[in-house]
Amino acid sequence: MAQHQVNYAASGGLPVALTTVDKLVNWGRTNSLWVLTYGLACCAIEMMASGASRYDFDRFGVIFRASPRQSDVMIVAGTLTKKHAEFIRRLYDQMAEPKWVISMGSCANTGGMFNTYATVQGVDRVIPVDIYLPGCAPRPETLQYAVLLLQKKLRKRSIFQKQKPKRLV
Amino acid sequence: MRPYKPKKNVQKQSYYNDRFWVAPRVPQEAVESDEIFAEDFKSLSKTRKVKEAYLERGQMVLIINAKDNVTILKHLKEKLGYDVLSEMSAIDYLAQDGEFEIFYQLLSMQKRRRVRVKCRIKENEAIQSVESLFRSADWSEREMYDMFGIKVNNHPYLKRILMPDDWVGHPLRKSYPLHGDEAAQWYEVDKIFGKEYRDIIGPEQRDAAYISTTDTCNFARIKHEVPRCADPNSEPERIEKFNDDAPLVETFDLTKSKIVDRTR
Repeated sequence: MAQHQVNYAASGGLPVALTTVDKLVNWGRTNSLWVLTYGLACCAIEMMASGASRYDFDRFGVIFRASPRQSDVMIVAGTLTKKHAEFIRRLYDQMAEPKWVISMGSCANTGGMFNTYATVQGVDRVIPVDIYLPGCAPRPETLQYAVLLLQKKLRKRSIFQKQKPKRLV
Repeated sequence: MRPYKPKKNVQKQSYYNDRFWVAPRVPQEAVESDEIFAEDFKSLSKTRKVKEAYLERGQMVLIINAKDNVTILKHLKEKLGYDVLSEMSAIDYLAQDGEFEIFYQLLSMQKRRRVRVKCRIKENEAIQSVESLFRSADWSEREMYDMFGIKVNNHPYLKRILMPDDWVGHPLRKSYPLHGDEAAQWYEVDKIFGKEYRDIIGPEQRDAAYISTTDTCNFARIKHEVPRCADPNSEPERIEKFNDDAPLVETFDLTKSKIVDRTR
């Protein structure tokens, strides 16, 4: 064996990493979850706090985007009124597949304390939701946990699996 | 503010003991007891008829005919110096009297006085807009139209301000149900998906304490997760175990590898 040639077998393993395409793609996906900022009410303050330096969301690759075309996740933070329902649906439809939704806080989950004529009683009446976050408002840790749970969910997903509509339409 | 009363034994009292509590009437004084108000009232009653006038908590209250509202407000603004319309809206007295009460709350910064002008209209009557006098009346009148359905004549842009344009009904009327009428309850479903999706999406769930073990569309039983909307007694979904702690990139271990005997 020539001297310049490295003995791969002897030097602690081949320079070959074996993995699956699923894992590789999911690794990329889970670590670059770009979210559509959907601050509708006071939960948006907690969402902003999660994004700011103390709870730094950038560590998880979660970067807030103001455009639905560039985002993978929608965090619905706050009370959804009936007047606004058609716009949230439109923005959800504009997001590129695959897409996920985190419903943040009581108001987004069930309408919360706003048991009135003007509030949508849960955003899942309008868009399919992946993770429901309880709390009024949830602390930034809760939102972080939700993002980590979503990452966990994505890791289990095959990339060739088409995201079928979970509900509605 | 309500005067403070010592609450003895407040723990033993039931919470809703005065549910139909009727507020005591605020004492009313004659207009003449305040000289500035007396002068204003004298000047006003020369222009149009004022049905009733009194002082209430240091403010003058004028009850007028609804058709005089622009004239009287114009006089109050231009001649008497009440140049701020701090608030205006309506009150629904349809059940009691078959009327709406419309009030205008005015403030004079020079005189440090406040005047409330009240008038009443029937349900199908319209009121004249005061937007030409006070710009703040623009949105207030739109809100009044939105919430009570009171038509305002000569308004520059009479359109709903809070509710969507295709909303049915006027929410601040006492006859409007808190949870909304049928159009309100299905509003987002009708608008986004169409009426034919009402059956698929289902009615709104407004009972916060509602829990069901048989409704698998909305609830999941822990340790017995059946597919969505499946029979609740069916076999639970098999969740595949994933080792999340496993490294993403596994190194190939030569020592643990086995050579498969293909001759067998």
